[in-house]
Amino acid sequence: MSQNTGTPLNILVLVKHVPDVQFERHLTGPGQRLDRKDSVLSELDEYAIEAALALAESRGGDKAGNTVTAMTMGPEAAANAVKKSLQMGAAAGVHICDPALAGSDAGATSLVLATAIKHLGGFDVVLTGMASTDAETSLVPAQLAERLGVAQLTNLSKVELAPGSGVVTGVRQGEDGEQTLEAELPVLVSVTDQANEPRYPNFRGILAAKKKKTTTLTLAELGLAGSAVGAAGSATRVLEAAPRPPRAGGQVITDSGDAGIALVDFLADAKLI
Amino acid sequence: MSNILVYIHAPAGTPSKGQRELLALAARLGQATAVLGGPADDAALASLGAAGATGFYAAAGGLDASGLIAPAVSLLEAAVRASDAAAVLLPNTVEGREIAARTAVRLDAGVITDAIDVDADLTVTKPVLAGSYTVKAQVTRGPALITLKANSVELPAELPAAGAAAPVHELELGDTAVAARITATAEHTATGRPELSEARFVVAGGRGVDGDFGPVEDLADALGAAVGASRAATDAGWIDHSAQVGQTGTTVSPQLYISAGISGAIQQKAGMQTAKTIIAVNKDPDAPVFEIADLGIVGDLAQVLPQAAAEIRRRKG
Ligand SMILES: Cc1cc2nc3c(=O)[nH]c(=O)nc-3n(C[C@H](O)[C@H](O)[C@H](O)COP(=O)(O)OP(=O)(O)OC[C@H]3O[C@@H](n4cnc5c(N)ncnc54)[C@H](O)[C@@H]3O)c2cc1C
Ligand SMILES: Nc1ncnc2c1ncn2[C@@H]1O[C@H](COP(=O)(O)O)[C@@H](O)[C@H]1O
Repeated sequence: MSQNTGTPLNILVLVKHVPDVQFERHLTGPGQRLDRKDSVLSELDEYAIEAALALAESRGGDKAGNTVTAMTMGPEAAANAVKKSLQMGAAAGVHICDPALAGSDAGATSLVLATAIKHLGGFDVVLTGMASTDAETSLVPAQLAERLGVAQLTNLSKVELAPGSGVVTGVRQGEDGEQTLEAELPVLVSVTDQANEPRYPNFRGILAAKKKKTTTLTLAELGLAGSAVGAAGSATRVLEAAPRPPRAGGQVITDSGDAGIALVDFLADAKLI
Repeated sequence: MSNILVYIHAPAGTPSKGQRELLALAARLGQATAVLGGPADDAALASLGAAGATGFYAAAGGLDASGLIAPAVSLLEAAVRASDAAAVLLPNTVEGREIAARTAVRLDAGVITDAIDVDADLTVTKPVLAGSYTVKAQVTRGPALITLKANSVELPAELPAAGAAAPVHELELGDTAVAARITATAEHTATGRPELSEARFVVAGGRGVDGDFGPVEDLADALGAAVGASRAATDAGWIDHSAQVGQTGTTVSPQLYISAGISGAIQQKAGMQTAKTIIAVNKDPDAPVFEIADLGIVGDLAQVLPQAAAEIRRRKG
């Protein structure tokens, strides 16, 4: 990876295509796989795209040779996640698509993504969301840093790269308090929903996206065996799944001056006080 | 009996409830050994021993506290190799997950996050899809790295502190990976209230508090509860971001969650719908939060909350 401070940045943003959280989501079939119809770009990845675009713009944007590439791993329809990234302003897309990838856990996903990142030639900044809204593990970013051998600047609520500098700084809420962090390029960065306000694709962006190129990569092109990925390559397995019984909506009362007392009666009946 | 490691992020004279739960679970599954993620004095070792640790691993010469995550990963990797552990239990925090994630890569092992229970055969129970499903999952390769949600394990009565402190094994760490440097840490201001993720009771306020968390805090204090908030309230700056409950904040599973002036958006529900009992106070009878509340009160929180707080104090005498 290039480490020059004044030189243009090569930024890769990782985006995932996930079932829309606004609808009911289901696990189905023998492997208890997630039903992936009605999928959209994971909303937490929009913050990563925004951070990538802002970083590039802070260095003069594509005119100055900075590039933002959006990459996804997922089924055919996942191309939509890349498409939306291009509409927001990414310059090019990469879609890793192969039937053998279905059922990959975080470890297998990070293996594929890291292999693709190396295959593409390396980046100054790899940006991800804080968590995918379907798997909700937050494991992939840390695993990517490990596999790529770069510093991790994860869960940042603020990310900065001073003009001409090669040191990325950030702020994150850690267990011990608010941490201020720094690391030299190249780095892996993940951002939270506190980091920025993602832009909407505008009409020009939507038109421009049509002319942008998305490269598709298969496992063979990455030199990965089918047995190293997907359910076969994963080191975890789901044995069974059960929908959580819907919460029975309880009683609803309207306050007529003594609902606070009713609340305490309820707590006493439930032996909570 | 198999060896079970427990990663203790910040050893202290009094272990947190979450740390005690991790040790209690480990002791149930096998021989529990604590991996010390920071300096530990005799008092810390004794209290971890009383909570179930029968031995300790620490980094020879201490762990580099200025490096983010990577030093702890090297320690944990070394501890697994030294102990041949069957499982490693970590807290389900940002740090716990990230340490587990990277250690798994080094050991070619599997990680399962968000555990609420672990069986004797290391089958893990966890909620998925924002709590709408419960799954059972297993690690199929390598030691099982499991991050445990707080409030998941019934705590046994504290064991009497062992006479002699268990031995501390110091491990030489190889070269640690490139790490981001922690250049400053601003500790959270102590509120004197229970920690949100571990609290038995939570009282949370949303946009409906309209800038004044007073009634929410007052009821929380009457109950000995932690204070939570919706993102609308934290974004408005009415309360610290660390109080946010939900998809991008803290996930809580308390005995009791009182939601006040919160509509119940999907991202808020993701963080609280596994609470045992939910009470919602909202002016709008159509607020979605009522669909998941065991008791719904249509009313003004500025009236209902202070009245409830006063009544609790009156009954407690
Ligand atoms: C990527 C992303 C992540 C998010 N993550 C989270 C998250 O982690 N946690 C979270 O909470 N949200 C999250 N949100 C935001 C979420 O979608 C909602 O916008 C938010 O939860 C709304 O907060 P609220 O219920 O306080 O406000 P509103 O939806 O505005 O509801 C306020 C409620 O207060 C009631 N009210 C008003 N006055 C009173 C009164 N005097 N007494 C009683 N009731 C009153 C109203 O009837 C209304 O129902 C996220 C959003 C996005 C896009
Ligand atoms: N299949 C995928 N394709 C591209 N990026 C991914 C994929 N899975 C996870 N990521 C990235 O990793 C982040 C964290 O995901 P997770 O570890 O699954 O919670 C996401 O916000 C994405 O940026």
